[in-house]
Amino acid sequence: MRLGYLGLSAATILLTGLLTGCGQDKTTASGEEVIRIGSVAPLTGAQSHIGKDNDNGARLAIDEANAKGLVLGGKPVKLELVSEDDAADPKTATTVAQKLVDEGVKAVIGHLNSGTTIPASKIYHDNGIPQVSPSATATAYTAQGYNTAFRVMANDAQQGKVLGDYAVTKLGARKVAIIDDRTAYGQGLADEVEKAVKASGGTVVDREYTSDKATDFTAILTSIKAKEPDLIFFGGMDPQAGPMAQQMKRLDMHAQFLGGDGMQNLNFLKLAGADADGVIASSPGLPLDSMPGGEDFKKRFEARYGPIQLYAPYAYDAVNVVIAAMKKADSADPAKFILDLPKTDMQGVTGPLRFDAKGDIAGGSVTLYQAKDGAWTKLETVKSGQ
Amino acid sequence: MDIFVQQLINGLVLGSIYALVALGYTMVYGILELINFAHGEVTMVGAMVALAVMVPLLGTGLPVVLVLLIAILAAIAACMLLGYTIERVAYRPLRRAPRLAPLITAIGVSIVLQNAAMLIWGRGYISFPPIIHRETHQFMGAVITDLQMAIVALSVLIMIGLVYLVERTRLGRAMRATAQSREVAELMGVNVNTVISATFIIGSALAAIAGVMVSAYYGLAHYYMGFMLGLKAFSAAVLGGIGNIAGAMLGGLLLGVIEALGAGYIGDLTGGFLGSNYQDVFAFMVLILVLVLRPSGLLGERVAQRA
Repeated sequence: MRLGYLGLSAATILLTGLLTGCGQDKTTASGEEVIRIGSVAPLTGAQSHIGKDNDNGARLAIDEANAKGLVLGGKPVKLELVSEDDAADPKTATTVAQKLVDEGVKAVIGHLNSGTTIPASKIYHDNGIPQVSPSATATAYTAQGYNTAFRVMANDAQQGKVLGDYAVTKLGARKVAIIDDRTAYGQGLADEVEKAVKASGGTVVDREYTSDKATDFTAILTSIKAKEPDLIFFGGMDPQAGPMAQQMKRLDMHAQFLGGDGMQNLNFLKLAGADADGVIASSPGLPLDSMPGGEDFKKRFEARYGPIQLYAPYAYDAVNVVIAAMKKADSADPAKFILDLPKTDMQGVTGPLRFDAKGDIAGGSVTLYQAKDGAWTKLETVKSGQ
Repeated sequence: MDIFVQQLINGLVLGSIYALVALGYTMVYGILELINFAHGEVTMVGAMVALAVMVPLLGTGLPVVLVLLIAILAAIAACMLLGYTIERVAYRPLRRAPRLAPLITAIGVSIVLQNAAMLIWGRGYISFPPIIHRETHQFMGAVITDLQMAIVALSVLIMIGLVYLVERTRLGRAMRATAQSREVAELMGVNVNTVISATFIIGSALAAIAGVMVSAYYGLAHYYMGFMLGLKAFSAAVLGGIGNIAGAMLGGLLLGVIEALGAGYIGDLTGGFLGSNYQDVFAFMVLILVLVLRPSGLLGERVAQRA
């Protein structure tokens, strides 16, 4: 009994301690109100370098806003970034999302991956917390009809449209064959490409399928070869795209190989080896040196955190979108400033920031790269929806 | 027409790899009546070891052919050791247990090997260094590469060697005797444990070669690559008649061709109703059909249930 009583009191003390830390609007020593903004990305695991990069991008924006001073509702406020690690895992993502909600964040920047952003978005939506993802591209994220979901990067539909268009109008392909890996990403992207190819006046001569675990594509490539396409598009990731590029060469196929951001990475170049040469693939967004505020951002960022990995400028812009909406609403109350988020119209580091009705970025950029001598070289940046 | 020939070539190359792996299944089954589900993983380990040896050696400037040979020999040695260890540690203690026990152990070993490989070599895909120059040849309107010809030729040579070993040597005779009746073979002075170990060692060596071939052919290796390959090879062994060496070869080649032709033509034949994403389904459809219509396989004989 004695032990039980002790345990109970210990639990009560712990619980009280926990509760006082939750859901309260804190104030700083100087009496400023503290407004917490969540940032979620994988901070451990294989993608931790990209996750930390997003987190640093968001932190830079917060620190700069604090240095400038922010006044909401006539009172000076201080922003605080609460970083959480979702380890790129959908289950962890929902746990940390709930944790952020419990801690009383006013907005969330994240998550990094589509697979984590989508399940977490329901929790933010149910609690009325606006979410701006810097890097999730799956169309499903903003297709759920949540008024809390926004993103500052072009989505897969926009990317697919650019790719299909580019294949026909720029690369001059009339007959196109399309392969996808039957994943939500690959199939979604391939469907958009098919639509865009047809809309631009091209014909889809063959549509073949594989899986995200396959390594043998000779059978489907052979039947594609029989249809003599000018271009082959693959919606999928680098582990399949690498061997696919090799098997095309092995089958003496000379059609242009085109793909999306799933294969626009170094691993594809490694897996395809010399057969990567000439392959074209896209990536949403644009390279830093082409961003309107890229040079300046790079200086400020690298002075504090070292080299930019990937999406930091997008995380930075995502925070500034939230701050701008708070300023406009003159309040950090999510219920109030969420009404101003869709009206965002500003110039960010990555380009103009405006949202469409779904919360997707309007006219997001997609950049095309070509593999040459073991590296990706930029071909051009295309604005989607134009 | 050239497309048909091309699909046939695709299928034969794939099929000869299946056949090599299927031999390992069929030899073990012939002697122990055990389906060694860890065999696919042995193939994976072969590929991984070969790559682990090859990559640092290529930096030393040794001739490529020598490096390739060293890598294959290292893979064979590692897999032989692995095959022996698996049998000794996981199956021998269960030799007199009900047949379900070693079967479940086999699945366990396969999971252990997969996870060990993941810990050692990582989750990522490992690329095969671009050392094999790929000359393409025209053949009856189709394209074939040196590597593809080498894979088919090497597989055929190995199979001939294996048939010679089983039919003409002392060890082979002991293996056949053990397969017929373990007890009687033992009474005749055959060291059954040695024979069983030898079977695992030979099967694993074949798996090592198949593993190197697969990774060279597809240009990559991955800790999970043995799983599907193992299942396909098992289907091939059943198709040919499990326990029958010639059957494993025939089953492997047939399965490869069925898969290639199936995946290549299903879209056109069904008017796009069924697509090439059904490629993997063919192997298992064949497995089910064989089990239903001819459980002993194409070349298998209906054997009376042993007491």
